[in-house]
Amino acid sequence: MAESLVLRTTVNGTAVARAVAARTLLADFLRDDLGLTGTKVSCDAQVCGACTVLVDGLPVSACSILAADADGRGVTTIEGLADDDELSPVQRAFTECSAMQCGYCTPGFILATEALLADVPDPADAEIRHALDGNLCRCTGYRPIMEAVRLAARLRQEARQAEAPGDATPPGQRPEHNEVTR
Amino acid sequence: MTAGGSGEIGGHSVGRVDALAKVTGRAGYAVDHRLPGCLHARVVRSQRAHARLTGISRDAALAVPGCVAVITAEDLLAAAAGRRGTGPLFLRFGHVVPDHWILAHDKVRYYGEPVAVVVAETPYAAYDAAELVDIDYQDLPPLMTPADALAADAPALHPDRYSGESIMPGTASGEEKGTWQPNVAYQADLAWGDAEAALASAPVVVETSGHFPMLFAYPMEPYNAVASFRDGILEVTSSAQHPFQVERDLARVFGLPLSQVRVQVPYIGGGYGAKSYTKIEPLTALAAWYTRRPVKLVLDVEESIYTTRADSADVTVRSGFERDGTLIARQIDVVLDTGAYLDNSAQVLEKSVNRCFGPYRIPHLQVTARAVYTSTSPASSYRGFGAAHCSFASETNMDLAAGQLGIDPIELRRRNLVARGQQLLPGRRAMDTDLADDLAVLREAITGYRPSGGRVLRATGVSCTVADAGALPSSTAQVRILSDGSVVLHTGATEMGQGSHTVLSQIVAEELGVPLAAVRVAPQDTLTSPFERTTGASRTTTVVGSAVQRACRDALEKISRMAAEIDGPGPRDGRPAAAPDIRGRADFAKVIRAWFGPGGGEVAGVGVVRRAGNFAQLPPFWEVGMVGVQVAIDPDTGQLDVEHLVTIGDVGKALNPAGVEGQDLGAATQGLGGALWEELIYDGQQIANANIIEYRVPRISDMPGRIDTILIERGDGPGPYGSKGVGEGARGPMGGAVASAVAAATGVWPDRLPLTPERIWRLCQAGKATTATGEPGDGERPRGVAEEAGK
Repeated sequence: MAESLVLRTTVNGTAVARAVAARTLLADFLRDDLGLTGTKVSCDAQVCGACTVLVDGLPVSACSILAADADGRGVTTIEGLADDDELSPVQRAFTECSAMQCGYCTPGFILATEALLADVPDPADAEIRHALDGNLCRCTGYRPIMEAVRLAARLRQEARQAEAPGDATPPGQRPEHNEVTR
Repeated sequence: MTAGGSGEIGGHSVGRVDALAKVTGRAGYAVDHRLPGCLHARVVRSQRAHARLTGISRDAALAVPGCVAVITAEDLLAAAAGRRGTGPLFLRFGHVVPDHWILAHDKVRYYGEPVAVVVAETPYAAYDAAELVDIDYQDLPPLMTPADALAADAPALHPDRYSGESIMPGTASGEEKGTWQPNVAYQADLAWGDAEAALASAPVVVETSGHFPMLFAYPMEPYNAVASFRDGILEVTSSAQHPFQVERDLARVFGLPLSQVRVQVPYIGGGYGAKSYTKIEPLTALAAWYTRRPVKLVLDVEESIYTTRADSADVTVRSGFERDGTLIARQIDVVLDTGAYLDNSAQVLEKSVNRCFGPYRIPHLQVTARAVYTSTSPASSYRGFGAAHCSFASETNMDLAAGQLGIDPIELRRRNLVARGQQLLPGRRAMDTDLADDLAVLREAITGYRPSGGRVLRATGVSCTVADAGALPSSTAQVRILSDGSVVLHTGATEMGQGSHTVLSQIVAEELGVPLAAVRVAPQDTLTSPFERTTGASRTTTVVGSAVQRACRDALEKISRMAAEIDGPGPRDGRPAAAPDIRGRADFAKVIRAWFGPGGGEVAGVGVVRRAGNFAQLPPFWEVGMVGVQVAIDPDTGQLDVEHLVTIGDVGKALNPAGVEGQDLGAATQGLGGALWEELIYDGQQIANANIIEYRVPRISDMPGRIDTILIERGDGPGPYGSKGVGEGARGPMGGAVASAVAAATGVWPDRLPLTPERIWRLCQAGKATTATGEPGDGERPRGVAEEAGK
């Protein structure tokens, strides 16, 4: 394998071409080469989800794939979600629910939630748990994160309805699973 | 709420002040910090648990392109001798006993111990070079368990006793107490009455023993530090919970005045006690000193696990009761496996002694406790230590007794709880809350929800602890009212997720009558922050919050005097008029403008808390831990689901209710992890599961089916507005509660945690607990909470 290569990728909508060592992990490329330190590394083994980024819209552990694997693809990091100072609905939901304590896992949770809601706009609790089971949070006990994901789904629906009021069909309210109460 | 406050305290929960930074990825952690020209370090670690170091081969490492240096303890000592302006280096650290070699010297004491540090131009080069360093060992007998270490013929792991080198006043090693034994790192005891005699004559005596596992707190940000050493000034950025404690250890390494050592701590990616005191900062600093370049060191998770774990504990409890359930005596022995170095396990042991016997009136008590050196990774603090280590053995002892006495386990506890104003520990603060009322709330909540259905065994368990919390009350805070009336708070209390920046900002807003958005907390930095002893022991809201409150009142007094001066002397006696009530941004800006004139200015207030006034008596407050769980067990697989979790937050006054509930749930969830899944397992000389795949922490799918985080507010805390600390309480009792529920469901009392599915399945087999008839929980069962709680 070549020692180094020129990586051509799109990060948060901006085309990037960089010479990198072939062995460079995507997380290191983002953090050290591009200075996008919002992507966090913790377990180094694809179980904690802290380093989750979206590659062509799919959630990926940036600690465990090569930067070279992002060649020709589009990468979205936590820095790419807010439109200037306008938070994404998922970021707003996590803010409103104070769905973090130390915050180290938060970027990964937000990106995993973005991927979930892009796929399932109105997830049941069981679907949320399934989608986020690969993201660890050591601080919160997860309750505010569940609340934030539910709120994020509502905020995204509202945003879509505001954009296209003509075909606003409110999603059927799914039965709440008896799992989280305050 | 105080009159005229901004309404930022209590009742409702303001959002976290750090939420925006944390959802955008802009929140800075130490691991994100870079310095220009920075080198990168990688640690070469021992591959023996106990061995003499006989040689090191470094040529292959040095040949790696970009490798700058391979540094050992001997290299550092030699370099110090040859460098002008440098005194002798002190190559050990440890705030109680400085037994901890920064790099192994002469011998290694655990697998994973740093032997050398490789410094290179890039992290990858450092990684490659470190792989090529070869260490020669002469094996010594490893002492892998406390039993090995306490054997009569065991070699002393630390022949040097480091006597007289403690830099933490008021602590004494066994040697200073005159009872030094080889491999006993620390000992503590507590006794009153005559427990032995009382047990001999007690109508009912119940004995239990339990093993509490080695744990890893798993703060998700790994240990990391970046250091530079220039012109006799050392600057370190790290993820330390207690920057001022690290500063002190670093000053001693280099013989520097504290003023020349700067420790900066940005947001911390989880601490939970695992980042208390000094870890890798001295190693990083020495690498920077040696190479004369800034150096950054980031550990991976395996290295983090080897850097600090929590002590395992073997606890034996004998309790004597009257037939009516009155406790007569308890005799408790605690042995901690503290690993190769003491770190904060001295405090873990002291707190185990104070917290092992529960919140009960005990006429005759005898506690003996030892922290034992072994050839394993060093152990130290983890959230709510002491209570967590001992509640499993001591609270299941109460449940077992309840069964033998024919008394409901909650009722048995109620009969023995210390009342408000009664002494739990002689000479300490009397019990400052109504534990029986707390327990009644817990009973109502845990019995008020009855899931059913499924072929499962169901049972509930409760557990109670109290902890002498708050550590030593020493705190200084400074508030600066700026020229436009906005406010900066300077505090050394670190933000590791617990929400201290939010709640301290709320206190400032409330006291000064300014909006929360006008308050900012300055970063924690020993160069500019006032001294803060520690951020731990659930102390920040209570102790630091009081210092902040006093700082605000000092600033208000000053600015009010300034306003009075502007108004001129009083009309009759020439003395200044009574200070007007100055509050809020507009008032502040006006006074500062008028008093300073066109040059502009600001007003600073200082608040100090020390062992005086309402903090004269230790502990600053008692932290209550009361939890209940309902579990459902599949006897065929041992799979356990927590169907209901109840936590009681006896918080005095919740300044931010959502924050308090978040602390309780977070602590309880970590407690569930240690009760059900988490355990570091030594297989021979090394940890078999030093990773987050096999060290299994709670996931979102493990969330209890129903969660009640109950707050009890009586306004009786010593902190601001009647508050007292939370954060650790709910972790302490969790092991006991889960074990009680499992025992009630399976019919067998477990003697070790965690209760993994395999262990629960074995308990089901041993207890012949099945759901073969389809009726939940009808196996042979002990009298336990399951039968009694509903009565």
